[in-house]
Amino acid sequence: MSEKELKSLEDQFQARIDRDEKIEPKDWMPEKYRQTHIRQISQHAHSEIVGMLPEANWITRAPTLRRKLALLAKIQDEGGHGLYLYSAAETLGISREEMYDQLHSGKAKYSSIFNYPALTWADMGTIGWLVDGAAIMNQVALMGTSYGPYSRAMVRICKEESFHQRQGYSILLTMANGTPEQKAMVQDAMNRWWWPSLMMFGPKDADSPNTEQSVKWKLKRKTNDELRQQFVDQTVPQANILGITIPDDKLKWNEERKHYDFGEIDWDEFWQVVKGHGPCNKQRLEARKSAWEKGTWVRDAAVAYAEKQANKEVKQAI
Amino acid sequence: MNNNLIQYIFGIADNCLILGQRLGELCGHGPSLETDIALTNISLDLLGQTRSYYQYVAQLQGGDVTEDTVAFLRVENQYLNTLLVEQPNTDFGYSIARQFLFDVFHLLLLEELQNSKDENLSAIAKKSIKEVLYHKRFSSDWIKRLGDGTDESHSRIQTAINDLWIFTDELFHQTDADKAMVSQGIGVDVTLLKTKYYKEVSEILEEATLQTPQIEYFQKGGKQGIHSEHMGYILTELQYMQRTYPNMTW
Amino acid sequence: MKNWPLWEVFIRSKNGLEHRHCGSLHASDATMALENARDVYTRRMEGVSIWVVPSAQITASNPENNGETFEPAIDKAYRHPTFYELPDELKHM
Repeated sequence: MSEKELKSLEDQFQARIDRDEKIEPKDWMPEKYRQTHIRQISQHAHSEIVGMLPEANWITRAPTLRRKLALLAKIQDEGGHGLYLYSAAETLGISREEMYDQLHSGKAKYSSIFNYPALTWADMGTIGWLVDGAAIMNQVALMGTSYGPYSRAMVRICKEESFHQRQGYSILLTMANGTPEQKAMVQDAMNRWWWPSLMMFGPKDADSPNTEQSVKWKLKRKTNDELRQQFVDQTVPQANILGITIPDDKLKWNEERKHYDFGEIDWDEFWQVVKGHGPCNKQRLEARKSAWEKGTWVRDAAVAYAEKQANKEVKQAI
Repeated sequence: MNNNLIQYIFGIADNCLILGQRLGELCGHGPSLETDIALTNISLDLLGQTRSYYQYVAQLQGGDVTEDTVAFLRVENQYLNTLLVEQPNTDFGYSIARQFLFDVFHLLLLEELQNSKDENLSAIAKKSIKEVLYHKRFSSDWIKRLGDGTDESHSRIQTAINDLWIFTDELFHQTDADKAMVSQGIGVDVTLLKTKYYKEVSEILEEATLQTPQIEYFQKGGKQGIHSEHMGYILTELQYMQRTYPNMTW
Repeated sequence: MKNWPLWEVFIRSKNGLEHRHCGSLHASDATMALENARDVYTRRMEGVSIWVVPSAQITASNPENNGETFEPAIDKAYRHPTFYELPDELKHM
């Protein structure tokens, strides 16, 4: 294909996206579109399944049966969401096993937020409220993304996630109305999770090189800074209802902008965790690797069994 | 207060609680994403059943008793689950073998319990049967896959079955409370389920190319509140919040 | 080591409606695919019937041939009722 022909194909492709047409798996697409999508969708999938771990840590210790069931169901949903997303990425010609390999080798990233430890029951509330709250913001925007399978996975995920944030907030609300000890636990969780939650939206726009291309492909409907602002604006009143303080002395309503101003994220910490040196990076990755490795004999057995059964059927047919 | 009835319910419900708790440990660590999700579903079913039983107990006991005080605030020897369900998730084979050996029993039990003269128990049993039918299908299918899969899986699942077999006999033991409930037409006479149980289990094991263990010595104790050493650790986690922060609402 | 193949899942949400594609999953055999589909795709009472098909068994049309495959249908207006004019006094047909 000549350079000119390629350019023309790319222009037509972009025109389809601009017309709000969806791109489907077998359609022609620029190689960079394919690779970027594989990277982003698999990263998103990895975040879902690594994200199961800090919460799973509390299943056996949940304080009531009702909370235990809700937490289990929520974590299970995250597994389901990981599955939908892996499936969406698979339509681009990568297998789930290859994606796992990339995760296990450290080549693929996942959301850094899950590299922070879940230390108290209030963390279960805070993760649901802040972390899921931040994630949903991004995901709602992605329902309109250009790649059909990704967009459909997002629609399904957003529908199911609607209870997750409430589940978290409800935990905190109950505690905030409880004893001083419980209130302190909520505040402590807020202090630890607030800044990492803001980091979930990624680097500042000025330092986010992929943004322009991603906006063109509707992989990004809003910039990192826009989403972060939206998140802060939405969260402050919810924190007020809980009667807790957001750990940022620069946080203040700006009447002119009609938005909250807020302080500077500790970007050194952000990059430290992204580069693999957060409090739990090693532990999370080990847990995933260990589950996969310990499952090898199980998956092999299932394949061997299926082959034997298929052979039996063939023999019977003869 | 109907103490025998409450003891009888614990004998059933505590199995659901402890097994649900054990399965909960696996969430996020399954051999494949799909299997992980499936095992969590079973855990959710069992813990849901637990709630129904404990709500009934709370109603019988009255006062400040709730499903949660029943679930979280007893001491170890007041939990009456069998030793089988408290056995650890040594590997996927053990988890499946434990599930299978319990599911076959659980279904037989519920099929009888739905005829209980106690309307509440009968209703819980009727609702649970559908769930447990599925559990049994799931675990039986996996017994077959592992048994008739690779050499490694065959040997692993056989080992798990052999090791857990010693806990199966206890499923058919009766406490005094059990006997009292049977005589009133409320409880199920589990001794009558034994033959059918071992027949069904053996058939599936055979289909899975596995040996039915020939073991004469069995373990017991859970139903009398005398547990294995695992139980203390299970309760340590289960009760952590309620013990550390007593009398709070969550 | 072999990987579990991919399956496509179709769910009938209630009787009277057709099965609709809802996603995919991995399973070693058809029985497991059905069980997994139940656990993954019907956790919220989404279905009353499930089909699973090995993804490899699906033959798909090629979008590169969309021109000759689908466009010839565009000018067959006579297949649509609006092609036919009716007298104004006739309200329904």
